[in-house]
Amino acid sequence: MSIEDRLYAVRYRVDDKSHLTIRDQAVCETCPTKACEWFCPADVYAWDAGERRILVAYENCLECGTCRIACAEHNIEWTYPTGGYGIAYKFG
Amino acid sequence: MRVSAPRFDAIVVGAGPAGSVAAYTMASQGMRVALIERGEFPGAKNVFGGVLYRKPLEDIIPEFWKEAPLERKVVEQRLWVLGKDSVVSLGYRSARFKEPPNAWTGQRAKFDAWLAGKAERAGAIPIYETVATSLIRDGEKVVGVRTDRDEGDLYASVVIIADGVNSLLAKSLGVHREWNPDQVSLAVKEVLALPKDIIQARFGVEEGDGVTIELVGETCGMAGLGFLYTNQDTLSIGVGVMVSDLRKKKVKPYQVLDGIKQHPEIQRLIAGGETKEYAAHLIPEGGFDAMPPLAGDGWMICGDAAQMVNAAHREGTDLALLSGRLAGETAVACHATGDWSAGGLGAYTRAVKESIIHRDLKKYRGLHGLLSGPQVELLFGALPQALNDAVYEMLSVDGESKRDKQKRAAALLREAAGGTAGLIGIGWRGWRAMNG
Ligand SMILES: Cc1cc2nc3c(=O)[nH]c(=O)nc-3n(C[C@H](O)[C@H](O)[C@H](O)COP(=O)(O)OP(=O)(O)OC[C@H]3O[C@@H](n4cnc5c(N)ncnc54)[C@H](O)[C@@H]3O)c2cc1C
Ligand code: SF4
Ligand code: SF4
Repeated sequence: MSIEDRLYAVRYRVDDKSHLTIRDQAVCETCPTKACEWFCPADVYAWDAGERRILVAYENCLECGTCRIACAEHNIEWTYPTGGYGIAYKFG
Repeated sequence: MRVSAPRFDAIVVGAGPAGSVAAYTMASQGMRVALIERGEFPGAKNVFGGVLYRKPLEDIIPEFWKEAPLERKVVEQRLWVLGKDSVVSLGYRSARFKEPPNAWTGQRAKFDAWLAGKAERAGAIPIYETVATSLIRDGEKVVGVRTDRDEGDLYASVVIIADGVNSLLAKSLGVHREWNPDQVSLAVKEVLALPKDIIQARFGVEEGDGVTIELVGETCGMAGLGFLYTNQDTLSIGVGVMVSDLRKKKVKPYQVLDGIKQHPEIQRLIAGGETKEYAAHLIPEGGFDAMPPLAGDGWMICGDAAQMVNAAHREGTDLALLSGRLAGETAVACHATGDWSAGGLGAYTRAVKESIIHRDLKKYRGLHGLLSGPQVELLFGALPQALNDAVYEMLSVDGESKRDKQKRAAALLREAAGGTAGLIGIGWRGWRAMNG
């Protein structure tokens, strides 16, 4: 099953402002692992080789908190979405 | 302090099991309590496997199962050690698990909403769809919380921090640092819809009864466990792997789940199941040595925010419920004396120390070292496969003598563990980790 199909099954109330911010794109540019492309369960992060920056699809975030802990450079500023926004599980 | 800002006896941040029980305990004793939750409703952000045990909640709400939204009574528990295309299984089934039930399967979105409702009916004021963004302090003392609402400052004699594994508030206290990647697992989970009668036939249970299966192996060599649990008309399937391993491996979390879903023996059980939800959540696995200080001037920390999870027994909810109750009871006592200082609230730390939370986590304190050490690939990769190969050897009749077969089976295990010394070493470290 593709990640798109999986995320399609999830209910979100999307805020218009992102709760995830890359602190310094220059750090990502030299980051040897780009590990955020792998560890995020919702594929929120993707390296854009053309623009030489990490793109952040915050709308898909499952709010697990992994990127807060797993980015070795601590380059992701992680907060909760505004109250009531973001993921809303039906089962959990 | 603004005079107009609302003032409570206690503010609880987080309407998960820890927070709702704390709020319930205090509100039922007549305290003025605010229960803050960032989700659209309590439970909207929460995920578990999930097995819910009877005892901890029964002590708080007698016969809760008569009204709580639960799925199936767990009458059989299985442990499956997975090889590539085979499984070595161990199971226990008992009628004694039925009356009274020992555990149920459940779903967070429904259960947490119900439990928070109990706190509300006991008198707690619900403040939902609201993020507590920071603690308000007066010198060292915590005196309230700031929220993301307009004019959203709230004041109280005590703030109970029950905001789960991503406890930004506990971090902001400065009493402990961020979790290390080897102190948390990332779990991904799917809920698959299947008709009741198919679930019952496939798992061999009657209406209302259910099975849990814990899965070891096939986690791409990462420290991790999978699970497959039966609900009324859905299955919960998931896998959790240590974040430090995940970062190293370049495997996406959902690919680990796919690997497990495609295992032939699991495929048989979930075939035809339609994915109704995909979820991800961290599990605190640092254990005893990762627990932060639990109380100070005007604050207490409960549940996942304080690393209260017994990973070896998949118990987190019950420890959260218990710690929430202990914090609530401490607050009730402090309310009577008016002493909200670190000394007064220190009774909570002592209560946790005397409870099963401390005793159990202390017993397993070595587990964290074992699961973050160099033997991980072996324990979760080579050994499960070798065990499957060894059993295959023993059970296949091919003209070879039983003695030779036994030798070869033993050799397979020994080889996987890096010789006899390696095997003994793993056994010893495992024993120490569980009994240290
Ligand atoms: C995949 C998985 C399987 C599990 N399986 C089991 C199992 O089978 N059995 C078991 O007993 N345990 C299991 N656990 C563990 C269990 O789910 C947790 O230990 C338990 O939920 C912890 O409860 P809690 O109240 O401490 O935290 P949570 O349930 O995480 O609740 C915290 C609450 O605080 C809210 N919150 C956070 N920050 C803020 C803020 N700033 N402002 C307002 N609200 C906030 C959150 O939205 C959330 O509702 C499992 C966990 C996972 C992830
Ligand atoms: S966010 Fe972190 S892991 Fe991702 S590229 Fe930037 S520095 Fe590397
Ligand atoms: S919180 Fe989890 S789902 Fe959201 S971006 Fe970070 S890793 Fe991905």
